[in-house]
Amino acid sequence: MTDYDVIVVGGGPAGSMAAEAAAKQGAKTMMLEKDRDIGYPVRCGEGVGATGLKKFIDPDPNWIATTISKVRMRSPDNTQVDFGMQDAGYVLHRRLFDYALANRASQAGVDIQTRAYVDGLIIEDDSVCGVKYQYMGENRQLTSKIVIAADGVESRVGRMAGIRTATKLKDMESGYQASVGNIDVDQEMIDFFVGDNWAPGGYLWIFPKGDGMANIGLGVSGVHAKNHNAHDMTHAFIKKYFPKASVLTSVCGGIPIAKTLKKITAHGLMLTGDAARMVNPVTGGGIITGMEGGQIAGDVAGQAIQSGDYTIEGLKDYPQRWHKSEGKNHETFYRISQAIEEITDDQLNKIAHRLVKTPSENLSLLKIFTAVAREKPKILLDVTRAFAGV
Amino acid sequence: MILVKDNRCDFCGTCVAVCPVDAIELREADISIIHDTCIDCDICIWVCPIDVLSSDVTKEGVTHD
Repeated sequence: MTDYDVIVVGGGPAGSMAAEAAAKQGAKTMMLEKDRDIGYPVRCGEGVGATGLKKFIDPDPNWIATTISKVRMRSPDNTQVDFGMQDAGYVLHRRLFDYALANRASQAGVDIQTRAYVDGLIIEDDSVCGVKYQYMGENRQLTSKIVIAADGVESRVGRMAGIRTATKLKDMESGYQASVGNIDVDQEMIDFFVGDNWAPGGYLWIFPKGDGMANIGLGVSGVHAKNHNAHDMTHAFIKKYFPKASVLTSVCGGIPIAKTLKKITAHGLMLTGDAARMVNPVTGGGIITGMEGGQIAGDVAGQAIQSGDYTIEGLKDYPQRWHKSEGKNHETFYRISQAIEEITDDQLNKIAHRLVKTPSENLSLLKIFTAVAREKPKILLDVTRAFAGV
Repeated sequence: MILVKDNRCDFCGTCVAVCPVDAIELREADISIIHDTCIDCDICIWVCPIDVLSSDVTKEGVTHD
């Protein structure tokens, strides 16, 4: 008899979705969060697509800061290209959003423990059978049939079970973000800056948060991070373009833009969310994909508990279902991100100069793509290959 | 030897994610380098968004064993 059927490590969106899904399948479930609070600190730009979000939860004004209908892209020479969005977006209050998801999991019967730092696994006969953790300086342990590791970009649970999770420098963005007040920006528009001067190998973003506030942040590719510090670049940008803004909160963090790990299960263990590298490699967005991965993981875990098989074989639906729903897209996005990486600042400027002549309401994805392809024909081949999977 | 500049770490875990030998331990508000395991590849220093890690003993820094 184990203490729990399923133990989820990490109380972010992926963890809460996993825990809730497992509990809904009748599994006795515990979710452990290392920090004092669910949802804090917020290491996230907080932007999501509306359609993706609605698959998992009804939008609630309590945790929606702004609703987005417009996108602006800026080239290295600050040429602005505006276009409308087919799908609306939201900028979230992640702290409240994560709370709502964890609360929903608890309503489904999940036990939750904060301040629980998992520092080891209980492994018997090559199978994960529980976790060791510290709570307020006290060593504790809980036994389980399945552990789901949703412990974020810094995930160590997978490594404890022998899964190789270390991300290559080129697949990691070094990120920093300031939430600022006293800033006058369009509250319905997200604003992206691409090019080496803004954020080498990544992009800079401005996401409005309502009441004269916004998230301003950037990600620098790990390979450029040696000479470009995300903190310094963000503050230099704010000082230059928004000298009157005040920084209310600042956070830093890594954004894994890698392919999903090849191995996301072991005997008695599943990895999900950022820990499994489920972030979209083009956008760096990981909320919705993490929720998707988490929900599938929890669902499969719950079914495995019913069937009594917690081995890799018993959990095999998880990588299969992930691949079918998002994983195969990620492989495509990864290939596209590699192609985008090769576009020079000069080419980006030329593309922007071409696009800016088109009124924003007429700017379709096809037009953008055509402009990119004219400047860099190879990308046409790369994208075609990526979509064809060859 | 990799050093952590005291009181400046934000505990975001980016360094942990790229460490090829799992030589960095991170808790809620505590980070430590396992010097016996560390291979001094320095990529944690480069990737740190707020420049908290250092390999130079002459710079400000303390070891956390």
